[in-house]
Amino acid sequence: MGDHGGCGTASGARPPGGAALAVAEVAGGKLRSASIEVVSVARRLADARGVAVDAVVLGEPGVAAAVSDLAQWGADRVLGIEATGFAAAGPSAHAAAVAGVVRDGGHQAVLFSATPSGKDLAARAAAKLDCALLTDVTALEVRDEDVVATRPVYAGKALARVRCAGDRLLASLRPNAWSPVPCSREAVFEVRTPDSDADSGGYRVAGFEPSGGGALDVSEASVVVSGGRGMKGPENWGVLEDLRDALGEGAALGASRAVVDAGWRPHAEQVGQTGKTVTPDLYFAVGISGAVQHLAGMRTAKIVVAVNADPDAPIFGVADYGIVGDLFEVGPAIAKAVRELDRG
Amino acid sequence: MNIAVCIKRAPETAARIRIAETGDGIETDGVKYVMGPYDEFAVEAALQLVEAGGGGEVALLAYGPPIAQEVLRSGLAMGAHRAVLLTGEPTMDGWATARTLAAELAAWEADLVLFGVKAVDSDQQQVGPMVAELLGRPCVTAVSAMEVSNGVATCRRVVEGGHEVVEARLPAAATITKGKYEPRYASLRGIMAAKRKPLEQKEAEEAAPGFEIEALEHPPQRPPGRILGEGPEAAAELVRLLRNEDKVI
Repeated sequence: MGDHGGCGTASGARPPGGAALAVAEVAGGKLRSASIEVVSVARRLADARGVAVDAVVLGEPGVAAAVSDLAQWGADRVLGIEATGFAAAGPSAHAAAVAGVVRDGGHQAVLFSATPSGKDLAARAAAKLDCALLTDVTALEVRDEDVVATRPVYAGKALARVRCAGDRLLASLRPNAWSPVPCSREAVFEVRTPDSDADSGGYRVAGFEPSGGGALDVSEASVVVSGGRGMKGPENWGVLEDLRDALGEGAALGASRAVVDAGWRPHAEQVGQTGKTVTPDLYFAVGISGAVQHLAGMRTAKIVVAVNADPDAPIFGVADYGIVGDLFEVGPAIAKAVRELDRG
Repeated sequence: MNIAVCIKRAPETAARIRIAETGDGIETDGVKYVMGPYDEFAVEAALQLVEAGGGGEVALLAYGPPIAQEVLRSGLAMGAHRAVLLTGEPTMDGWATARTLAAELAAWEADLVLFGVKAVDSDQQQVGPMVAELLGRPCVTAVSAMEVSNGVATCRRVVEGGHEVVEARLPAAATITKGKYEPRYASLRGIMAAKRKPLEQKEAEEAAPGFEIEALEHPPQRPPGRILGEGPEAAAELVRLLRNEDKVI
């Protein structure tokens, strides 16, 4: 999925035609890894069409400067739409800003990341632009005048190949499904303020309560450590938290439907058809038997590791590696082995 | 307070999905269809909000084939007051669906329009916010709990790393996810009453889809894996493989 060709030559002249637009997001003052994928895919589409790549980022003053690495991944122009308080202006105001950029620039492809916030923004921007939108795309292919996109449906139980024939392609790209290729450009940076008449539209963010689970969403993590009923109770999650910590910053916790239904873990962590569909490099299924519902959400992980006491658990049928045993012994042993590897 | 809830008939999430011979759809024989599970949360939210708010009605709206009446009846059996079915053939294009729904909803005087956060078949997560844009309303997505007072809906929404509290001025829209609203079971009385509740059926004003499905495919089978061993002794070999062979840690 997401194989990339080479990197277009960086010439000074801006090629004609409607550029590709990458809508980038920041988290914790840094460019999100999902946005690197988005700009890199925009670069590939633009090279196939012989057009330029623009990137837009929205937020507080200074946000465009914070994402200067967009140029390393193929952006020819980085546009910051910045104002004090704009980060919390609400998704409709953000979508209006993106739609304004697209109308001005005549972009023929507009790509978002399919993070929770990216999907929300993309849907509203599509409505403002009167344009269809493909969510959670995992592959794009340029074919003649059209673009053919692949996206999972029925929570990954099937893949739909969709031909987009319109003048403009709007899509959100599933995080971790693409391999970004570095492509350094001499990017032009530009800062604008949002239209002063941009109205929050009766939408006001009044507060935020962090959860204990960590800031990285399970759908964006490169490593997911998921627990199921075999964990026996919410008090035992320390085993998985420790394994997640051993695996580094890109790791996040996931959960099966059974443990979310039992109230052991928040729904935000649920992987499966009534939760999130994930594509990490590495997926640990710990104490998860592997119901169809769950498999649908994680089958596109690159490597799956299953730890289960039951050697007949269906999860072993989709796992690259399985360890049969008591997860309260195996889990800590894996965490210890990872830490020893990092020290060695 | 009057609340509209848009619901969709979709295959049960436990259903095995087989590709039809035509290659661009699924085999529907033997597949059980239900109201989408997130739509059930939305119906439950609407019922609780009307109950707490001291009156008003919950009206359901679906867009689909005539058989989608069944999921509307289920919602009526849960306690909704009336239902409208726009008959037609919805596609995977959420923007086309949103325009069809909005054309109908524009004539409704709903204080709130609720949706499930996503449909479990097309899984696009677009229709709610798109309808809200068309109707010119604020829309709060992924809401796990909400309250309405003095013309403002205070919503708790699930975001990366926690919950955000958002206030939306009515008339508003929201998409509901799992949280406070565990769907109630329809009582026998509710099921009987549902048969007499108004269910209007009319032809949808359908919009042309902006894309078409060329083919549906089964995802590639995962190659059979291997059991590395039993117990904690296998951990070192696992970690070695993940680092040296697969290079994922």
